[in-house]
Amino acid sequence: MISIFQNYGGELLTGLGQTLLCSIIALIFALIIGSAFAIMETMPNKFARVVARVYIEVFRNIPLLVITMFFYVVIPMYIVKISGFASGTVGLTLYSSAFIAETVRSGIQSVDPGQMEGARSTGLSYWQSMRYIILPQAFRYVIPPLGNQFINLVKNSSVLAFVAGFDLMYQANVIASDSLQSMSTYMCVGVLYLILTLPLSYYMRHLEKKLA
Amino acid sequence: MLTVLGAYSWVNIKFLLEGAWVTILVSVCSIVLSYIFGVILGVTRYVQIKYLSAIVGFVIDIIRNLPLILIIFFTYFGLPHLGFKPDPIWASVIAMAVFEAAMVAEIVRAGIASIPTGQMEGARANGLSYWQALWYIVLPQAIRNMIPAIVSQFISLVKDTSLATIIVLPDLMNHAQIIYGQNTNYTIPMFLALAVMYFIVCYSLSLFSKYLEKRIGGGNKKGKADEVVQDASDA
Repeated sequence: MISIFQNYGGELLTGLGQTLLCSIIALIFALIIGSAFAIMETMPNKFARVVARVYIEVFRNIPLLVITMFFYVVIPMYIVKISGFASGTVGLTLYSSAFIAETVRSGIQSVDPGQMEGARSTGLSYWQSMRYIILPQAFRYVIPPLGNQFINLVKNSSVLAFVAGFDLMYQANVIASDSLQSMSTYMCVGVLYLILTLPLSYYMRHLEKKLA
Repeated sequence: MLTVLGAYSWVNIKFLLEGAWVTILVSVCSIVLSYIFGVILGVTRYVQIKYLSAIVGFVIDIIRNLPLILIIFFTYFGLPHLGFKPDPIWASVIAMAVFEAAMVAEIVRAGIASIPTGQMEGARANGLSYWQALWYIVLPQAIRNMIPAIVSQFISLVKDTSLATIIVLPDLMNHAQIIYGQNTNYTIPMFLALAVMYFIVCYSLSLFSKYLEKRIGGGNKKGKADEVVQDASDA
């Protein structure tokens, strides 16, 4: 195992960097898109609710790999050439956004409806009460599940290996076929993934206990 | 337009359905295995047997925090080094079962922990032994709370079987790739078919979970069930 780290340290670091980069980009956009659809789903407007519901159900029930391969195969064929990294990140963003939307929605709905009524009756508009009263409370509820979604996102970023995204998993395959030591290579890569996800996972469990 | 419709010729549909069969076969096998081992591991983790529970908990945490693709690779390329060479179907069943068992174990642990301790105390006070109380009083209630979370975990299991195409498991994804690899005009129809087929399976499972939640989880327990779903949020 140590020899893998010594001989292929550069590749592993690049992979780690790409995995982190992809996860962070996907997290930011998935948070924005997911929250937008979550708000849409709790809106009084029926049309908005239906649109949000359809979006969430579609992306939740189709495998990440299918979405990612769609952006890797179809989009470059007909519309615009994009790299494997970009298509992987876009796929990951859309897929995660549906899960984040579900999480944020449950957060919004767990806020007492009296809060919205109270805010409206003191003269705030719907959007103002959403922005200043409901969302801050909702996000506090959903921080632990959102953290779990982020862990899933980091793990799911390994789908980049399918589309030549040069992430950690991709480098693992390159190293494994180069060094012919698949067992120890995958162990090394596993350790690197655990460095990313395990502390976050323990911290989220700690937060859950604290909030509960 | 006609060339595109040709994608849905009977030969192709049959080929896709063969893939779907492998997907379902792998899913069902790993669902059964992971449910059995998941419940055992979850209970082991919960009951605080000296050393054993701590070790089981640590292993579960490690497996849960690894990407599934890594575990699939490990089973397919790593196990032969240990003298056991599984074919793609077995490798994916083993990998999925190991990964999902860890996920289910965590759901089970959270589910048992969500049952008020008074239930256990009451059962013990009535003269049941610890294991009797666990088996007859606590576990049935816990499993009722866990159903939505477990079903949504199984939905992600079905979706995740597509990852096993990387070790050339002849599943739905793999067969679709073979078809559009032969004729690039069929790319969009194949992705459409993939999306529709996975969607039908997963969405009906999620409707089933909602039905179970209403039927069994019912009334006062709903809040609890939602909580567990959140804890075990899948992806």
